[in-house]
Amino acid sequence: MTETTDALEAQITRWRDWVRRQPALEPSDVDELEGHLRDQIAALVESGLAGDEAFLVAVKRMGRLDAVSREFAREHSNRLWKQLVVAPDEDAASGGAARTEMFVVLGLAVAAALAIQLPRLFGHQFGESAFYALNASLFVLPLLTGYFAWKRGLDRARCAWLAAPFAAAAIAVNALPFTPGGHTEVLAALHLPIALWLAVGFAYVGGRWWGNVGGRMDFVRFSGELFIYFVLMALGGGVLTAFAILSFEAIGLDVEGSAQIWILPSGAMGALIVGAWLVEKKQRVVENMAPVLTRIFAPLFAALLVALLYAMAWTGRGVSLEREVLIAFDLLLAVVLGLLLYAVSARDPQAPPDFFDGILLVLVGSALIADGVALAAIVTRISEFGFSPNRVAALGENLVLFGNLAWSGWLYARFVAGRGPFAALERWQTAYLPVYAVWAAFVVLVFPPLFRFA
Amino acid sequence: MNIGKDLVAASATPFVLAILAEGDSYGYAIIRRVAELSGGELQWTDGMLYPVLHRLERFGYVEAHWATAETGRRRRYYRITGDGRAHLAAQRRQWQVVDSALKGIWTEMRFAAA
Repeated sequence: MTETTDALEAQITRWRDWVRRQPALEPSDVDELEGHLRDQIAALVESGLAGDEAFLVAVKRMGRLDAVSREFAREHSNRLWKQLVVAPDEDAASGGAARTEMFVVLGLAVAAALAIQLPRLFGHQFGESAFYALNASLFVLPLLTGYFAWKRGLDRARCAWLAAPFAAAAIAVNALPFTPGGHTEVLAALHLPIALWLAVGFAYVGGRWWGNVGGRMDFVRFSGELFIYFVLMALGGGVLTAFAILSFEAIGLDVEGSAQIWILPSGAMGALIVGAWLVEKKQRVVENMAPVLTRIFAPLFAALLVALLYAMAWTGRGVSLEREVLIAFDLLLAVVLGLLLYAVSARDPQAPPDFFDGILLVLVGSALIADGVALAAIVTRISEFGFSPNRVAALGENLVLFGNLAWSGWLYARFVAGRGPFAALERWQTAYLPVYAVWAAFVVLVFPPLFRFA
Repeated sequence: MNIGKDLVAASATPFVLAILAEGDSYGYAIIRRVAELSGGELQWTDGMLYPVLHRLERFGYVEAHWATAETGRRRRYYRITGDGRAHLAAQRRQWQVVDSALKGIWTEMRFAAA
């Protein structure tokens, strides 16, 4: 008897989990429906049905879940909107955990906001020396890594391993004798966050990086969503700052200076942590933004690149040798890669190729041709003017991106032609992630001595 | 007999309010009562009752509270409000008009057929 009761309970639990995923249904609705289901089952069992039979009949009588859910949505359309932070959690236990998490996040955000102010006590000023530019990521990324290490329950050994890159980075950027305002210093400041982001990713996937394609893809999704959240919060922060300055000006106080010193840096640090938490919270609640933006912009960028190639071929103009142009091409490749990455991350790997895959293939192909032209220009420039940190960095970035895109294009073409699985592309993209970090770390650590700290 | 979806939907409000006018009740019991009243002819999709109850709650025709039932589980009980009784009376008048008008034509049809 207890065995059948257990089986019935398991079935009800599964049903409940399934119902709970409906966005228009709140936990109290699920409780109410479950109560109904149990009453129905009890009545059916009393009239002679076996437990599992009663369960099937009761579920059938409940009606098709999507139709019921639609009725709920019609009645409570507001619920589909405001589920971000205020969404009540499934049950009391996880409600307590969510509260704990909120306090942890707020604590970390405040810690990051204060940490960035600390060095000012020791005479470093924002924008005055390179100290802040070099160390910016070290104020917040360790805390972000700590958040994920805590959230994913990383063990001591892995935490110690994770602390190592941050310690090494802190020592390196502060101990290396950079020429103030030199190229290698600027390059180190730009590349350090990229290198350390891999450490955040390692904590994000709970320390299981190798062979965890799904986890790494989640990290890619997380990074894109976090970026969008961060930009949105920065916009809000800008409005807040402007309002603070204007309203205090109205009563005759000039707070512009203190707003720049306090709100801007501390706000940016806090926003990164809060943004990460929001992305974690809302994963399943709202449709992700990055894939939507990808759908809009991938065709537009493809059209732009095709037009550019066509114009180059028609007029016979090559890429000019200005440094800005080369950096622009690096950025273009990064954008194309981002579009590809988010298109890949949002795609159902089982679905057959469609029109959008064709567009992406055009995008990748035209980006590769355009970049080939740019690469030739960089090589010419280097052979003409010799090696400089900036040129080598631009070249290295270009090669790293080119390598990824070229192989991605090949895999994508195979998939569109029906000769390879989509998963191969996914595996390649996620396997490539450490390469960016390794190159960035190379620029931070090896470039300065290589170019005599120029 | 299969009663049309629209008719089921239209009659849901008067049924629920009338049953609650007999006394406080909860979802499953309301469904049972409807089946009993119609001799099993009126079969609601169980899940559809709850959005109706929630709508009536939003209009202020019923109010709801959680209480522990004799089985030990928590249940959401519904009670009709003053507004709900007024609405039920209005609905009742409307249904009576429809009912008597239809009765009139049914009778005439029977005579015509005879």
